[in-house]
Amino acid sequence: MDDTGKSVAFRGGGFAPKSPRWVGVVVFVALVLFVEWGTRAGWISSLSLPRPSDVFETFRLLYDSGLLIKHLGPSLSRLTVGAIIGASVGISVGILIGLFSYVRSGLVPLVAAIFPIPKIALLPLFVIWFGIGEGSKYALIAFGTFTPTVVATYGAVDNVDRTLIRMGQSFGLSWWSIVRKIVLPCAMPGILSGLRISLAIAIILLVAAEMLGAEYGIGAYILEAGSLYDLERLFAGVVILSLLGVLVSAVIGMAERRLLGWRT
Amino acid sequence: MDIRLDGIGHAYDDFEVMRDISLDISSGQIVCIVGPSGCGKSTLLRFIGGLERPKQGRVLQLGEPPAGCLNPLTYIFQDFALLPWRSVSGNISLVLEDHGIKGAAADKIIADVLARTKLTDFAKALPKQLSGGMKQRVAIARALAVNPAVMLMDEPLSALDSQTRELLMDDLVELWTRQPFSAVYVTHNLAEAVRLGHRVVVLSRRPGQIREVVDIDKPLAAREFGDADLEKTQKYLWQLMRDEARAADAELLHG
Repeated sequence: MDDTGKSVAFRGGGFAPKSPRWVGVVVFVALVLFVEWGTRAGWISSLSLPRPSDVFETFRLLYDSGLLIKHLGPSLSRLTVGAIIGASVGISVGILIGLFSYVRSGLVPLVAAIFPIPKIALLPLFVIWFGIGEGSKYALIAFGTFTPTVVATYGAVDNVDRTLIRMGQSFGLSWWSIVRKIVLPCAMPGILSGLRISLAIAIILLVAAEMLGAEYGIGAYILEAGSLYDLERLFAGVVILSLLGVLVSAVIGMAERRLLGWRT
Repeated sequence: MDIRLDGIGHAYDDFEVMRDISLDISSGQIVCIVGPSGCGKSTLLRFIGGLERPKQGRVLQLGEPPAGCLNPLTYIFQDFALLPWRSVSGNISLVLEDHGIKGAAADKIIADVLARTKLTDFAKALPKQLSGGMKQRVAIARALAVNPAVMLMDEPLSALDSQTRELLMDDLVELWTRQPFSAVYVTHNLAEAVRLGHRVVVLSRRPGQIREVVDIDKPLAAREFGDADLEKTQKYLWQLMRDEARAADAELLHG
């Protein structure tokens, strides 16, 4: 046989994306620098995009004047209260749907009917029900986080490994023990990834909630800047929302690492 | 405590899967159930432990379970069924917690069953860190923790490679020799059946019926890998099953 054989061509690469951390930062910085360069050079007019350094300056002024805290405080409390109500009711209802036939057949169509309603459209209704104060804002955010949480939770409960439940039953575990020690932890990955989506929606709805009767708040700040076409302030506000989103996602990431360390 | 199966039959809608199975399982004995795929071996085991209800017949418990028995009918599953978020000892304490056994009392039981299954060094490990054989040892330890009257083993070694299977069979024999337990052991592997079974029940293909009951008198501890007389029994069992298995294999799946 010929000993000068041809080596077999490698064809197994690709289709396995990894995510080196720095790439995200590089893309972001490059984009900001590009806009900065364009606005300074003049081929991006300051009417169409604000200069990043001006946005940063506005942000600094906002911080120095103490207004940032004044805006952030109420927004964070609305977000926290609304999201906690929405997510906890959502998780409980989702688990009930996942476990009981009648709850499921009764509520799944209802949730499907509520899900596509733009919650912003219901703001006037919430104002009538809960008043122009904080109540309506909590309600809007809570309602908006509720539906995606319910859907994610009952989906996660549906996917709980039945063999583990059978195991629990075969050892004579009580119903409540099975729910608490088997169903809930098993559904946790699905619930957490649902929370990622519902909390992002909560941030979106924060701006909507502050459309009516809010003096302070990131949403109010953005809407005011928007109606004045003050792009620097608009962008400063948007950046705060983005950072909030990144923060929320990081917190969920931490929760996932803590709670789901058992996953391979 | 003995178990008596009294005329068990079962059907899904009009599709008969099991017919008139009567069998006594006496205490201290390992009864192996073998049969071609789809003959309802695993379903029969679920009837015995009360996880499913047969359409006809009854499963009877004769006599009281021995004192200190927390869960008389205890399963060992093919896929181990360990909670991946609990450590080895956590998985065992899971089945004790509901009986109000916690703290030092639980630790004592856990330490005992881990020692019996040679898992003492792995008490804090998570299931994902363990090999298949180790996982099944944990499941066996968990079953021992509730001090069962009858162990219901559903193809416990089928998910393991053949070397691990040999090792675990030795361990099971050792466990039984030290403290005889009763077990119903469902398997499709005839080598396991002749190594572990005091009685081997051969089921026919669908609808599953008892084809023959073969008693093996040789003591468990004296049986070894490749024993000539066991091979003979295994061959005989295969004779009984071969045509059934072929026919079962050629059948269209229902539904």
